[in-house]
Parts: sequence; structure tokens; C-alpha cells
Amino acid sequence: MLTLEDAWVDLGDFTLAADFSVSEGRRVAVLGPSGAGKSTLLAMIAGFQPLSRGRVMWRGSPMADDPAARPISMVFQDNNLFPHLSVTQNVGLGLRPDLRLMREDHKRVEAALGRVGLAGKGARKPAQLSGGQIARVALARVLLRDRSILLLDEPFDALGPALRVEMLDLVAELATETQATMLMVSHNPEDARRIADEVILVEGGRAHAPVPTAQMFDDPPAALRDYLGV
Amino acid sequence: MRGAGRITRPIWVSHWPGLLAAGLLVVLVFGTLVAVALRAEGGRGLGPSDWAAIRFTLWQATLSAGISVVLAIPVARALARRSFPGRMALVTLLGAPFILPVIVAVLGLIAVFGRSGVISKAIGVFGFEPISVYGYHGVILAHVFFNLPLATRLILQGWLSIPAERFRLAASLGMGSRDIARTLERPMLREVIPGAFLVIFLICLTSFAVALALGGGPRATTVELAIYEAFKFDFDLGRAALLALIQFAMGASAALIAFRVTMPGDMGTGLDRAVQRWDDGLVQRVLDVVVVTFASLFLLLPLTMVVLAGVPGLTTLPASIFQAAGRSLAVALGSAVLTLALALPIAALVVQRGARLVEGLGYLTIAASPLVVGTGLFLILFPFIKPSDLALPVTALVNAAMSLPFALRALVPALTAVERDYGALADALGMHGLTRVRLLWLPRLRRPIGFALGLAAALSMGDLGVIAMFADAQGATLPLQMYRLMTAYRMDDAAAAGLLLLGLSLALFWIFDRGGRVDADT
Repeated sequence: MLTLEDAWVDLGDFTLAADFSVSEGRRVAVLGPSGAGKSTLLAMIAGFQPLSRGRVMWRGSPMADDPAARPISMVFQDNNLFPHLSVTQNVGLGLRPDLRLMREDHKRVEAALGRVGLAGKGARKPAQLSGGQIARVALARVLLRDRSILLLDEPFDALGPALRVEMLDLVAELATETQATMLMVSHNPEDARRIADEVILVEGGRAHAPVPTAQMFDDPPAALRDYLGV
Repeated sequence: MRGAGRITRPIWVSHWPGLLAAGLLVVLVFGTLVAVALRAEGGRGLGPSDWAAIRFTLWQATLSAGISVVLAIPVARALARRSFPGRMALVTLLGAPFILPVIVAVLGLIAVFGRSGVISKAIGVFGFEPISVYGYHGVILAHVFFNLPLATRLILQGWLSIPAERFRLAASLGMGSRDIARTLERPMLREVIPGAFLVIFLICLTSFAVALALGGGPRATTVELAIYEAFKFDFDLGRAALLALIQFAMGASAALIAFRVTMPGDMGTGLDRAVQRWDDGLVQRVLDVVVVTFASLFLLLPLTMVVLAGVPGLTTLPASIFQAAGRSLAVALGSAVLTLALALPIAALVVQRGARLVEGLGYLTIAASPLVVGTGLFLILFPFIKPSDLALPVTALVNAAMSLPFALRALVPALTAVERDYGALADALGMHGLTRVRLLWLPRLRRPIGFALGLAAALSMGDLGVIAMFADAQGATLPLQMYRLMTAYRMDDAAAAGLLLLGLSLALFWIFDRGGRVDADT
């Protein structure tokens, strides 16, 4: 269970409170208007945003301060790959952050690349890849890191509709394979309907507790209705 | 991570190297100042020659800065409103004096303005007496040569910062040149000029090599030169220390004033296009052509003379010159590496702790003249070791300290951008400490690192300051050896050595700067 216990962030002109739990293995969409704090919620969980109060717990114990020591893989909106490193190196960072890769590590990197449909592309630099391929490289790294929680911050917003659906399905598959608990920030309610079991609504300075997706859309609260425009 | 500026993320790299580097700099400046203060002999007070040196230092800095700024205004205006072939080359050339060895430029100025120079010969045809470049007017001439380009760049930046729409609006309102000057240009100048004047004043306050080569005597000795002479000729350490305290006090006061004035930044960006105007006329056009021509000649003629005079002697250069060149290269490379070793940790600290630190360090090194630091180091080392044995390492260290503000100005914005774009990813993957430096910072900072190394190497290569105090006859660097040739009136050899020095300085800058650009993944 991932628990935000009375977690609160105060950035002067902006505050965000969160007090809820997410069950293990769930796929959760984080929805809400721009600037409400969807990305801040993910940053709180990932350890990038120090809390003004409260704590983030995993399986009953508080998480480490160091983001890398948390049981978390993260996919950002952009800048998921280092442009000066090859695809193999970018994925290999998921195994060894100092990149001292052994023969065994290289085999695992190649296998992960094969799983996301990028077999044989390891020597390329990010500049030689398409947007969809870049997203796949980031997902290959998620596979190798094999952490319990997967956080995605509007990961496919720059992709076209068809490619976007393809990547969402791949993410859902990978999350199932690794039994990861997944939180994905999205602008698009369709994304939530497609892959999420539950929805967290962020609005009015608060991240609300997760609600089953069907229930959320069948009987949307006022804030979501305003956001959706229905 | 959106909502820029909201997220105050800790960076997982130790503060210690940065604190250590900044501390080393503070100790270097204030430690040597303490050594100087302890040794200074105030008992006799300041003699008439000391007062003369103080007066001359302040007077020449005021005049040099004033003339540079006043002359720069028409040049900047011409460059701001004219597009012509070679404009960009000229703007680039305006940046060149920064890495130009002072002693080489002085040699070029002598070749143009000296007794047997181009101008003396030209007016001799009409029966006039030859002019001399030695003395106070030579010092000021050289300072204007170095700082007119800087002033021009700073003021040009001001001009180009006026939005093009304002000139369009002025044209649509039917404003003439006078109206535009009153409503747009003079307000801009009032903002830019105090800062430009102060920067140049500070530079001229601590200028040593120019005064050494062209000044001297009761009417043209700066405090820095007086420190050197107290050392070299009288070996009067007490007096040298007292003068060093005075120099520091002058530098620190000027730096404190500068701290309160908005200082212009010369990043050299966005100077590549002129603004279109509608108030053009024949008078303005002729004026601009004349101004740009004279400014170009003023800058190019001395350098051309160094090249022309230097080429014949290149093949017959004495071996001592090549040995000196070797020592200079070693000092320049050592200083460049040292600059980076100091700058990168400090930049890392600044990115985590805020930018005031850089400004503070920048003004600190401006207030602390190399000669004062050199005097302090001499006093500290003298009882234990022969200073000439340490001449080269000390020169490399002092040069590195003086290059540091420029290196930081290149590195800090670049590192800020790298951490903004990739810091969270690196944190998420656990790339801490040296791993982060090796896999993220060094590869992504190649360009600014190349630029900083090139700048530090070139500045050190051409430096004629501390080395003059420390070196003996055998241990000279190339600029010092060249200066010795000049004082021995071996002008042909000096010109050849000058050409070699010029070539090496520019080559060092070019190689490092280029090395940072080639194959850089963007």
C-alpha cells in the first residue's frame, strides 16, 4: 500500500494537501485542471518535492529522502533520455547508475529493448529516434529498474493519437508484468478510461482519495464536471 | 516537473568541493592581504612619490574610462543602425582584445604611435616632430585601445535592447533623429554608461603591464607599478606592502560602488543584427562610415604592425624565447586546469545556493589586484623558499583566480540549465556525486568548459604581472622575456616573440573552444 499520510506542501502562493492510500497493483490516473498540482503530487511521492508536513509511506514504512532509494521508477513528460548517451547506456542506467555494465547487464538491456520493440537499436543516440521510440526506451529502463511503483507525468502528451494509444497499452502490459502500482498524470480523460482502475482528482489545493474509474465518470463530482465541460 | 520555480529540489552532490574552492579563493585574497598588512610599514607614512602614484592611478583610470566610453558611443550607434559586409567580423574583433596579450598590443601601439612609428613618419613628411608614446598619454592610449572595444560592446548591447517596435513607433509619429535621441537613446545611455564606465575604471585601476611598458617616472607611475619597483629595485618590502594595502583599499572601494550600480553583462549574444531605422540621412551615413573606419583602423593597425614586424624575425628567434614559450604553455595549461578545478565545484555550489556568491567572488577578485596577491605570497614564501623556484606555480594560481569570474559566468547558467532539464532524471536514477559529474555534467557542459579553459589558458599565456615579481633571469615566461627584449631595444626580436605569443594565445583559445564544440551532442 502506498500511503500519503497528512502530506502537505506549502510553496507560498500554492499549497497541496494529500491524505489517502493506493492499494498495491492498482493503475491510477491523476486528473485535474492545469496548475492544480498533479505534477507536484507525483514529485511529492517521488521525493523531488520536500514535504512541509506529513509523510509518504510504502508498505507501512516511511520512504527514504533520496529519490533513487525509493521503490519508484519515474517517466517524465520530456527529458527522459540523456542526449549524450546511447540507447543502451540510457537503459543501462536503470541497472547501474555509474554505467559500469557487465556482460550480463548488456544481455538484460538487450532483452528489455527487445521487449519494447527496439531490438538492435542500442547503439543509437536519442537524436536518431522518433518520439515513440524515445518513450519506448524510457519504458525499457522502467522494466530493468523493476520497482514496485511506476509514476508517469504526462508521458505521451507529445505523441499523436494512434501512437499514444499504442504506448498506453504497452504501459498497461508492463505494469501488469511487473505487478507495479502505477500513477499516471494525464490531461486526457480517455487515457484514464483506457487503462486506469481508479482516478485521483487534484483540484482546489487537494489531491482527493482514489475513486473507481467507472464510478468517477458515471457520477462525476462538480470539480470534474467543470474540468470535463459536461 | 512543471510550474517552474516552484520546486526546490535538493541536488545530490556534495557541497564540500565548492566550499573548499571558494574558501581557497578567499584565503588567497585575504590571507595574502593579512601577510601584507603585517609587513606594511606605516611609520614613515606616504612619501611624495607615493601620493603621486595614487593621484596618477585614479586620474588615468578616470580619463581612460571616460575617453573609452565617450568614443564608444558613436561607434556603438553606427554598429547598431548599420548593416554592412564585415559588420559581424568587426563585432567579433571587438571581443578580441580580451584575450590579447597586453604586451603584444603595447608593442603594436609603439609601432603605430611611437617615435619611429607609422604616424611619426607620416607627419615627418610635413616637417613635424615625431610623437612619443611613452608617458602618461601612452598609458591612456593603451587603456583606450583595450577598453574602447569593451565599452562599444556594452553600449551596443544597450542600443540593441531597445525594442525594434519603438523605432517603428517613432517613425510613424514622424520623429527625427533629435527626437529619437531624446526619447529613446539618451534614457538608454543614462542607464548603460555608469556601469560601463565603472567596469573600465576598475580594469584600469589594476592595470600593471601597460604602466610597466609605457609608463614609469614621476608622472606616469601607477600604484601597481610602484609596488613592483619597491620590490624589484629597492627591495623595500615594507613600502611595497604599504602600497599594496593602498591598492586593495582603492580596488575595494571602487568594487563597493560598482556593487550598487547595475553592472552590464557582456555575453556577446544577439549582437548579430542591426536595427532598421527611418531617420537616416546623408550626414548620419557619412558620420557612421568615418567612425567605423577610424575605430577599425585603431584596432587593426597595431595588430597588423605586430604581424608585419614579427614575421621576418621568426626564423632567427633565440633559443631562450622558445624555452620561455614552453614555460608559458605549461603555466597556461596548468592555470586553465586549475581554473576549471575551482570553477566547477563553485558553480555546483552556486546552482544549489544562489547566485549572490558568484557576484561576491567576482568583485573580490577585481578588488584584489594580482600584484597585491603576489606581494602577499612573496612575503609568506620568502622566509622559507626562494620565490623564483615557485614563480611558475604561483603565476598559474594567481592567473586561475583572476580567470575564475569569467569561467563562472560561462558555467553557472549552463549548469543551471542542465540541472533544470536533467537533474530530476539523474536523481531518480541515483546518479549522485562523481557519477553525476562524469555522466551528466562533463558531457553536457562541454561547450562552456571548452570556452572557460580556452579563456583561462589565453589570459594566463599573455599575463605579465606576478611573474615579473617572482621570476629570475632563467625562469621567465614568454611575455616577460618579450618585455625584456623591448627594454633592451631589441625590437625585431621582440616583435617576433610578440607574434609567437599572439599566435599561441589565440591558438590556445581556439583549440579549447573548438574542442568543446566538435561532436557535442545537443
